[in-house]
Amino acid sequence: MASIGKLAGAVVALAGVGAVAAWFLSAPVRLDAGAVAALGTGDAKRGERIFWAGGCTSCHARPKSEGPARLELAGGLELKTPFGIFVAPNISSDPQDGIGSWSAEDLANAMMRGVSPRGSHYYPAFPYTSYARMKPADIGDLHAFMKTLPAVEGKAAGHRLGFPFNIRRGLGFWKRLYLTAEPVLALPEGTPEEALAGQYLVEGPGHCGECHTPRQFTGGLKKDQWLAGAVAAEGDGIVPNITGGEGGIDTWSAGDIASFLETGFTPDFDSVGGAMVAVQRNMAQLPAADREAIAAYLKAIPPHPNGYPPPKPEEPKG
Amino acid sequence: MRKLILAISALALAGTAAFADPIADRKALMKANGKAAGALSAIVKGEQPFDAAAVLAALTTLSENASKIDVAALFPAGSDKGDTTASPKIWENTADFQARVDKLKTDTAAAVAAPPADVDSLKATLGTIGNNCGGCHENFRIKKG
Repeated sequence: MASIGKLAGAVVALAGVGAVAAWFLSAPVRLDAGAVAALGTGDAKRGERIFWAGGCTSCHARPKSEGPARLELAGGLELKTPFGIFVAPNISSDPQDGIGSWSAEDLANAMMRGVSPRGSHYYPAFPYTSYARMKPADIGDLHAFMKTLPAVEGKAAGHRLGFPFNIRRGLGFWKRLYLTAEPVLALPEGTPEEALAGQYLVEGPGHCGECHTPRQFTGGLKKDQWLAGAVAAEGDGIVPNITGGEGGIDTWSAGDIASFLETGFTPDFDSVGGAMVAVQRNMAQLPAADREAIAAYLKAIPPHPNGYPPPKPEEPKG
Repeated sequence: MRKLILAISALALAGTAAFADPIADRKALMKANGKAAGALSAIVKGEQPFDAAAVLAALTTLSENASKIDVAALFPAGSDKGDTTASPKIWENTADFQARVDKLKTDTAAAVAAPPADVDSLKATLGTIGNNCGGCHENFRIKKG
């Protein structure tokens, strides 16, 4: 009997250790002091470029906004995913309903660590897995620019997620697997400066990989198929392969890519479509050198065949 | 009797030829639009010199093609099935789709009525017309690979 009692005690103790370990492993991790110091004082003019590169307005403006309304970041866009429906929140400068009361440090913890000012995890529908690669000074500048945007009252609706995805704490484990500030690709020695600048824009603020790279069932990106195209995680259809591999954009010159990002026309004069329409509108706001840098990077990355299955054959008519 | 049947068959055949394949018809229209937009874009990019006659010809093509978009005939119900990238949203939200078609007609007709006189104004015109392309493809086309 005594031995059974000991065994039970050991099991309880182990479970306790496990629970404590799980609690620590799932805890939100904030930026360190060095990164916070690097935020700087913030320059709104420079921050505007980061705002367009980051595509904030594509999700956080009211759905279907055009023109100046794209600077009113009231939220409300619904992303319908296999995990549930995510609703983009109000990130306008309203101090109550938006993020007007946030410090640059708050914004940096949100964007680079997925941690809210109150210390809970954000869902990675907010692409902090890409923003984690940003330079802190760029976030400082972005913070300064977002302060200049209109305050919009009214909170957006909450996410609608089923169990277990509705338990935010669990994201701590997910982040341990997938959240890293390291570059995705180790580009070879001697890669031109322009392509490296493009790497920063694509892998960091531009968060291109979030849609253009296929995902595992856990929602983590398959980085060995980086930018190979994917079944759309949100909405219908596919997101194209933007590597030089089969089905990709090998026939596009760097100039073609830069021109597409500026005008929305492909080299064969098809037009941009789907969720890329909003992205392209943002890219058109960037300095030409940034679009050229993105093009140089896309021409430098490893080619992959399409990361999505071929379309099903048509059912016979009749 | 025989003649009548022949006549009906001939009519049916003619009808089939005109309306059999709205998917192919609208694809051909879009291809032609792409070609016209391409001609304008080449001038904006400086690959071709500005040629007022060529610009007007391309704009006229775009305008005429736009006026050919009869939503009921080119996008009949059920034609989201088959070799097409048309989104079912066309039939769920026909009013919005029609409004976008009308805007394309208006914008292209306006460009023909007051054609751009130099590269800079052509760039602006192409931008205005190009917004129609992306604006419609944003919600009403599904990329299938």
